[in-house]
Amino acid sequence: MLKDQDRIFQNLYNDLGPDLTSSQKRGDWVNTKEITDKGRDWIINEIKDSQLRGRGGAGFPTGLKWSFAPKEVGSRPHYLVINGDESEPGTCKDRDILRFEPHKLIEGCLIASYAIQAHVCYIYIRGEYFVDGQKLQAAIDEAYEKKLLGKNAAGTGWDLDIYIHYGAGAYICGEETALLESIEGKKGQPRLKPPFPALIGLYGCPTIINNVETIAVVPTILRRGGKWFASLGREKNTGTKIFCISGNVNNPCNVEEEMNIPLKELIEVHAGGVIGGWDNLQAVIPGGSSMPLIPKDKCETLTMDFDSLMAEKSGLGTAGVVVINKDQDIIKCMARIARFYKHESCGQCTPCREGSGWMWRMLERMAKGEASKDEIDMLGDVTKQIEGHTICAFGEGSSWPVQGLLRHFKDEIKKRNKFDPIVKENKNIPYLVDQHLLDKNA
Amino acid sequence: MSLRRPAKNQPENFEFNTSSLEAAKSIVAKYPKGKQQSAVMALLYIAQKQNDNWIPLAAMKYIAKFLNMPYIKVYEVATFYSMYNLSPVGKYFVQVCTTTPCMIRGANKLVEACKEKISEDESVLSNDKSCSWMEVECLGACVNAPMMQINDDYYEDLDKGKTLKILDKILNGEKPTPGSYRGRINNEPENNRKTLMDLKNA
Repeated sequence: MLKDQDRIFQNLYNDLGPDLTSSQKRGDWVNTKEITDKGRDWIINEIKDSQLRGRGGAGFPTGLKWSFAPKEVGSRPHYLVINGDESEPGTCKDRDILRFEPHKLIEGCLIASYAIQAHVCYIYIRGEYFVDGQKLQAAIDEAYEKKLLGKNAAGTGWDLDIYIHYGAGAYICGEETALLESIEGKKGQPRLKPPFPALIGLYGCPTIINNVETIAVVPTILRRGGKWFASLGREKNTGTKIFCISGNVNNPCNVEEEMNIPLKELIEVHAGGVIGGWDNLQAVIPGGSSMPLIPKDKCETLTMDFDSLMAEKSGLGTAGVVVINKDQDIIKCMARIARFYKHESCGQCTPCREGSGWMWRMLERMAKGEASKDEIDMLGDVTKQIEGHTICAFGEGSSWPVQGLLRHFKDEIKKRNKFDPIVKENKNIPYLVDQHLLDKNA
Repeated sequence: MSLRRPAKNQPENFEFNTSSLEAAKSIVAKYPKGKQQSAVMALLYIAQKQNDNWIPLAAMKYIAKFLNMPYIKVYEVATFYSMYNLSPVGKYFVQVCTTTPCMIRGANKLVEACKEKISEDESVLSNDKSCSWMEVECLGACVNAPMMQINDDYYEDLDKGKTLKILDKILNGEKPTPGSYRGRINNEPENNRKTLMDLKNA
């Protein structure tokens, strides 16, 4: 288990209070000026050395992303946008950062803005988190009052303004370009890439978009050094991560742990075990609903990081672990996830708009045992037709969980759906006019 | 995609009141000059709040003029995002999360409770017109499942009995206390905490 002093989010359970004074006691805002005085290149290199990968799902190296921002500010200003549109089923980590560790995020915004030369930062929070957003706003106001934001923020000589922008219940706005569209006051439909937002983003200006958790860990990494962060976890999957363990466990919880922690330890130690015991485990969704599920036999030895989950044809995603035990109907669980994607598709690309509903309808019938045999292969075919044929990664997100179900639970679906629509024997049904074709003596 | 239609009975006029107007102006100031269209989402929220939790078409037309943008663009935004209510939902708007993590912990019991107390069908006002309920997609409190949202607040770690009690309260016009209904502190593992023990109850 990770040592307590190596945990970045000391106030994850709000033992100490989220206000500025207690945040400063935990080390936030202590020597922000010293950090920025070391210069942009040092900051970006230190983040590169720490091998921090984005915590929003895709796992893109953060230092590399920052280095894509133009080195000189041209005629267009730079923007920093924080993605707090946490809507992936199974994930609820950013909410705790917004309400209990807001100063880690705000300080991270200042340092990141300095590194990419942005004077304005927008924090995009999903509309449902209005109350948590208000708590962040209170922290921002507090920071303005103490001159940690605004002109010459925290004495660093850098001017920064932070604004909160609320979403309004669209999952797709977690996709970075859809998020930019949403901030621009349009419907959240993703843009074609390239051009990438680092060059042409918000209002057509260079924009860097990072997840809440990614930015909130930055100040601690710079204080304790990239080497410290890189010493946790394993090569290319370094550091700590907030895991959200939900579903059929005895004590669902959020917990910050080292990358590469065994899944079994996460479930047994922190979440109090599977309801009905480990043997009652059916499957685990390891990284939020978009990631293919993993059946029990593989869960024994599985470790939780980007690359080892990739090797299992799944992914770490947002590290929202959903545990499903044998009391649940696995097809029904996946049908509900398919309904989620059908509801949240933005409707821009035809394969996703039509396909997500098609998958949902098929899975609903399969859960009831009303589907025909050959529909099982057709379902697999539909997922392949969606995947890779859409503007954004939503297509993959909606088809991967279904592919995961087909990969590991095909027998279960086959057992339930035996109906064969082709008439193979002579039946005395008057309106079946083609029965003569079945005549074996013909 | 979800199908969303504006209500049949629409008020003729809509205008921001003084406090809304003030809030709207301060929001427009958050965005760069000439980019006032960015404020449309926030302004729709303000209109929704002022107009008993729903947005009439008149409000969209008003906001379009306010931000100097085409009405269709406001209509597009209002119909795209699911948190803008296009027809009356009552003073208390109950949203029950039924996505998989909540579903496997018994969210259907919460739906049953809503059906018993509020109305048989979702998005239909209760008899006294004070509230309505609706099934929604993941609300991002999966660790506290099953849960529901009433207006801005989250009610977590529920079961059918607790939901019935909460619904009784709102039907009586009281505001129940938000948060966990199993007495747990935030998102910590209940009675099983293994981390940050020195800080506990600090």
